[in-house]
Amino acid sequence: MRFLSKTLAIVWKDVIAELRTRELFSSMFVFTLLLIVIFSFSFDLRVDKVAEVAPGVLWVTFVFAGTLELNRSLSAEIEEGRMDGLLLAPMPRSAIYFGKMVGNLVFISATEAVMLPIFSAVFDLNLIRPVLLLTVFLGTLGFSAVGTLLSAMAASTRAREVMLPVLLFPVVLPVVLSAVKLTAGIIDGVPWASLALWLRLLIGFDVIFLTISYMTFDYVVQG
Amino acid sequence: MNRGLRWRDLLNVLSGVMMIAALYLVFLYAPREATMGDVQRIFYFHVASAWVGFFAFFVTLLAGIGYLRTRTRASDIVGLSSAEIGVTFTAMAVISGSIWAKPTWNAWWPWLQEPRLILVTILLLIYLAYFMLRAFLEDEEQKARFAAVYGIVAFAGVPVTFMSIHWWQRLHPIVFEKQGAGLTQPMLGTFMFCLLTFTVLYFSLLLHRSRLASLADEVQELTQRLQTGPGGRK
Repeated sequence: MRFLSKTLAIVWKDVIAELRTRELFSSMFVFTLLLIVIFSFSFDLRVDKVAEVAPGVLWVTFVFAGTLELNRSLSAEIEEGRMDGLLLAPMPRSAIYFGKMVGNLVFISATEAVMLPIFSAVFDLNLIRPVLLLTVFLGTLGFSAVGTLLSAMAASTRAREVMLPVLLFPVVLPVVLSAVKLTAGIIDGVPWASLALWLRLLIGFDVIFLTISYMTFDYVVQG
Repeated sequence: MNRGLRWRDLLNVLSGVMMIAALYLVFLYAPREATMGDVQRIFYFHVASAWVGFFAFFVTLLAGIGYLRTRTRASDIVGLSSAEIGVTFTAMAVISGSIWAKPTWNAWWPWLQEPRLILVTILLLIYLAYFMLRAFLEDEEQKARFAAVYGIVAFAGVPVTFMSIHWWQRLHPIVFEKQGAGLTQPMLGTFMFCLLTFTVLYFSLLLHRSRLASLADEVQELTQRLQTGPGGRK
């Protein structure tokens, strides 16, 4: 229970800070809105073609917005020396990892929650379905799990904004691929048997990435 | 010193001999394939290159774990050397695969027919990310540490992705099947020998590249001692 309360303390700190400034949320919101607009113009979204590109557009948008969030979240901490404060606090490093990871998950999910109705309207598809929401959550979880670790690494390099996508995208591609396949299957109304494979895969990747990121986080943030 | 000399020379000779034997097997011993003709012979070296590409990054993963536990320069050197060799062989696999794909399926990069291409692309991107990470860090200790962590995290997803493609292909059989099912005995023998040859070649190159890196370290150390020691310039 002590571990959980320490983790939640970090999440709460980030949420409160964000509620006061709304900096991160507003920039993510504007960014995703711009992406939807750009995609709809470049693909010339018409009703009959839309269902085919929808899953891809959805996940590309989430990935880019998520990368923006990850960059801002941890690099600000390290730049302003707040990371040292966190490291000095009487809590295990894994609590810091989980705290940041859940915080990232919350912020990205908040943006997704706002974006999904907009996507539904633009694509003229019903995207507010339980299975689809589950898919979005699982995909974001995997993304956040490995993204938190890699953003800590990228923040220490010279070209940190470029470094995170370079490190993150190849690693998170299987997660995104599974999520896209699952989303496409749900939209197309594919029978459950073929979808089950992708769902199990997605959960499997989430578990793998959570475990490995949690185990190696300590090595990345040590002074 | 003597022991090191023996391994290096042994592997040199062994890989040289095996490569000549492999060339003979591929071009003269293996039969001409019924449907694809002689272009199919690329398959032997192509798959062997891809195998080394994957195996090399697995070695980088192991070296990464080794570095995090022992913090020795040797582990970092092995990780880096293996990555350099791996990216070369992966690039070779990609190029040879494209050369094979064009006459066979009339496409340089048939994503839809061959989902394994996604896996190879991921691997290549992981390699490039690994080198970029090393390049953008200055502190040697941090470089080794981060590279070790990335080597572990990046390769973690690869085996599962590999398995997933297998399961996916069982559900949706791909129309253009890659060589694998219809291998006759001499073909199978040639294929296995090529895999072995490339593995021996990999270890030989790994030994050479690692030795090069540690010699470079020595040179740097000696240069510093020369400059800062008694009678030095600094």
